[in-house]
Amino acid sequence: MSLSHLRHAGLVPASIVPQGSRPLRTRNSGPRNKSGVTAGIVLGLLLATPAIADSGLPPAALANTQLHDPALEAKAQALMVTLRCLVCQGQSIADSDADMAGDMRALVRQRIAAGESPESIRHWLIERYGDYVTYDPPFSAVTAPLWLAPILLLAIGVWLARGSFKRRKRT
Amino acid sequence: MKRGLLWLPFALFALLFGVVAFGLKAPADRTIHSAMVGKPLPDFALPGIIQTKPGLDSTLFHKGKPRLLNVFASWCIPCVAEAPQLMRLKMMGVPIDAIAIRDTGPAIEGFLRRNGDPYERIGDDKISAVQLSLGSSGVPETFVVDGQGKIVQQHIGDIREEDIPALLAALQGAQ
Repeated sequence: MSLSHLRHAGLVPASIVPQGSRPLRTRNSGPRNKSGVTAGIVLGLLLATPAIADSGLPPAALANTQLHDPALEAKAQALMVTLRCLVCQGQSIADSDADMAGDMRALVRQRIAAGESPESIRHWLIERYGDYVTYDPPFSAVTAPLWLAPILLLAIGVWLARGSFKRRKRT
Repeated sequence: MKRGLLWLPFALFALLFGVVAFGLKAPADRTIHSAMVGKPLPDFALPGIIQTKPGLDSTLFHKGKPRLLNVFASWCIPCVAEAPQLMRLKMMGVPIDAIAIRDTGPAIEGFLRRNGDPYERIGDDKISAVQLSLGSSGVPETFVVDGQGKIVQQHIGDIREEDIPALLAALQGAQ
């Protein structure tokens, strides 16, 4: 369970977790004196109210509503689990409650319903957000180690195993 | 050869240790930069969100003069923080338009009354559709668009006093 979930459930005061599902963009404001920080935390705990970091608008029409055609919905769902939520960053848009994830689900369902292919939607998003947005990273110079390392490690394993078996035979 | 190989696991461990230590010292930058910088602004036409201001149309950015495109919302706290800087840019004669994300007319009116109104036009983006097409991943964000409709720079997060020179330089360079 992430901290932002705790915040949404009202368990952690907003002054401790300023990060909503939309990021509150803040930078470090430099060192402060220690007793001031403690007093600030105590005061923050006393006065804590949930920070409004989400819009009050209802979710987009297709954010939480499945498509009528089960085949199209399955297609949309399969794509949504492989797209990264840009504000929560560790979740797919299918898993996230963030406003923006809802808007991205609506976008995916709209386009699937309009007959667009899942790969073309993924490509559209990669054009805007880079490879980061997809959980199915394409093969490139950056991802090459990711794809090649298992093969390399397997080869090393076979080589090591061969060595050990040979030795056993001799003795 | 065999003796050297003995050190291999240790060398690998040292390498891994180095990588982890480096990661602790310099945490990864989690900012998501738009891949649209350097590309043409996507076509869009958003209706107005308040009575007194027109909506926003992408053709406006093809008229030969660079403009700022601010992505904001009345419910966004850093947007309040950057409002004085946007007012300053407006005073300097920089044309600023905005896209309001998931917002309502009355909420925007209240926001502009409280924080000042630097905007020429405000488009209503209720489902973040245009925001997604811009490669923007939060509010506030500000795009510098040249007079031919090309995005030349993206500023992520609230604009602070120290960010103004870079924005002015980008606008100047986009002339």
